[in-house]
Amino acid sequence: MNALKKHYIVPGDDFTRAGEASGKVKGTLKQLGYNSDVIRRVAIAMYEGEINMVIHAGGGEADVSIYPDRVEIILSDHGPGIPNVELAMQEGYSTAPDDVRSLGFGAGMGLPNIKKYTDEMRIDTKIGVGTQMYMTIRVHP
Amino acid sequence: MPQFFHSVTLNEELCHGCTTCIKRCPTEAIRVRNGKAVITSERCIDCGECIRVCPHHAKSAKSDKLSIISRFTYKIVLPAPSLYGQFNNLDDIDYVLAGLLKLGFDEVYEVSAAAELVSDATRNLMERGKLQTPVISSACPAVVRLIRLKFPDLCGYVLPLLSPMEIAARTAKRQAANRLGLPVEEIGAFFISPCPAKVTDIRAPIGIQDSWVDGVFSMNEIYPKLLETMTKKEEPSLLSHSGLIGVSWGSSGGEASALIQKKYLAADGIENVMGILEALEDGRLRELEFIELNACPGGCVGGVLTVENPFVARARIQQLRKYLPVSLNHLETGASSIPNQMCWQEPLESADVLRLSDDLGEAMEMMEQIDLLYESLPKLDCGSCGAPSCRALAEDVICGKAGKYDCIFVLREELKKQGVSIG
Repeated sequence: MNALKKHYIVPGDDFTRAGEASGKVKGTLKQLGYNSDVIRRVAIAMYEGEINMVIHAGGGEADVSIYPDRVEIILSDHGPGIPNVELAMQEGYSTAPDDVRSLGFGAGMGLPNIKKYTDEMRIDTKIGVGTQMYMTIRVHP
Repeated sequence: MPQFFHSVTLNEELCHGCTTCIKRCPTEAIRVRNGKAVITSERCIDCGECIRVCPHHAKSAKSDKLSIISRFTYKIVLPAPSLYGQFNNLDDIDYVLAGLLKLGFDEVYEVSAAAELVSDATRNLMERGKLQTPVISSACPAVVRLIRLKFPDLCGYVLPLLSPMEIAARTAKRQAANRLGLPVEEIGAFFISPCPAKVTDIRAPIGIQDSWVDGVFSMNEIYPKLLETMTKKEEPSLLSHSGLIGVSWGSSGGEASALIQKKYLAADGIENVMGILEALEDGRLRELEFIELNACPGGCVGGVLTVENPFVARARIQQLRKYLPVSLNHLETGASSIPNQMCWQEPLESADVLRLSDDLGEAMEMMEQIDLLYESLPKLDCGSCGAPSCRALAEDVICGKAGKYDCIFVLREELKKQGVSIG
């Protein structure tokens, strides 16, 4: 079956709008009737990814493909890239600038949290070019 | 039990079809059809926002007439703590309670007394690790209905205890029945309510089969009658039996602060409440232990059936609290279980009314059509079509509840295309 596709621009440097795209996806999934487990995992993983793009990469784009058995999310940005993905995946690791951390974002929960709530997760990143994060959340019977 | 009983109703004669209410409804339950507002029953949570914003006072809350108390042999009145904030120069709650008795009641049982039992039970359950945290308060019936409608994943966090109103009715009726030797059926319990959601909560309760409350009187209808019977001429007898914890439940933060030493948050106003629920759904705020949510600004003192400005009422309640003991109502010390009569008998279940179709494939097709139609709409969200937003119109059209030419801009384009000129 064809996927239902959604495309969102995630504006950079505006925390007040961070979470808008994941909020909309959440609403769509509720209208489609997905079970609450899928909605919860999509909400948490995509929210974390979105916040990451705003904090580290000056925003980016989100492409969401909704299939009957899974939701695929691609977050793309043209930010600085992640120098050491393995390190960034460790719980508590954060490179968020201090001014951002004092706002309560960037506590280092982002990537590990995304990994925890998704079934598949892959990061393509190039220093100075940008990052693409692929996530898949499957409908568990 | 009528599944979709609602207290909020429309007076068609007064409705101008102005679209103010459709934009403020948190669940997008209202449409304007043929120039009049229509409430979609299964979406309405009786929060009363439409009553609050209607410039023509066309929306109102169905409540009971005081005369119904004559159907019962013994009549108990249950005042909400928000009532105490409605009076000027009140320094003793007993004046209010004495005034209530003069309206024809045999007994007054304060809802704030039952609130103290709920506070005690909540502390007890949380300390024994019986609840999933953060625990979400269940005292505001509009919030509970909002959660089951729009935040199904959070149902399991809602405090599974009856509301103070319900516990007050049960406790007062049982005690009176024992004392007087009367059958419970001959004892009536009547709540004085700040909001329409409480009226709904006794007709179509959540968590229990039947409410023990026999009638609900609107605070603003009782108010003028009460002013007549309240007098400072004589010292009232000692009627009040609740402390500052119970009375504090009347405004936002009261319930949460009663939990003492818990990490809590208290939010009020329906927009703020939805923001907090969204955040919880996104996995945030997990460091908190308790979340108190009230649909009305300021908490129950901001209910649409109150008389006084919520901030004034709140300040007055704070004054009254000064002379009260901390709490006068407790569960048995060291209780290892909560009395059954305080607990929900059924778990909170989500209401899947937002779903486009029960068939996922069909729902996805509909969503695609909605997206496509939405792109062709002006995105002004002007409300002229009777739906609160262009997105809502697109959904209505695809669900067969509206036509695309209900949009005056789409209609204008179509007329131009057909060569029809107007004016």
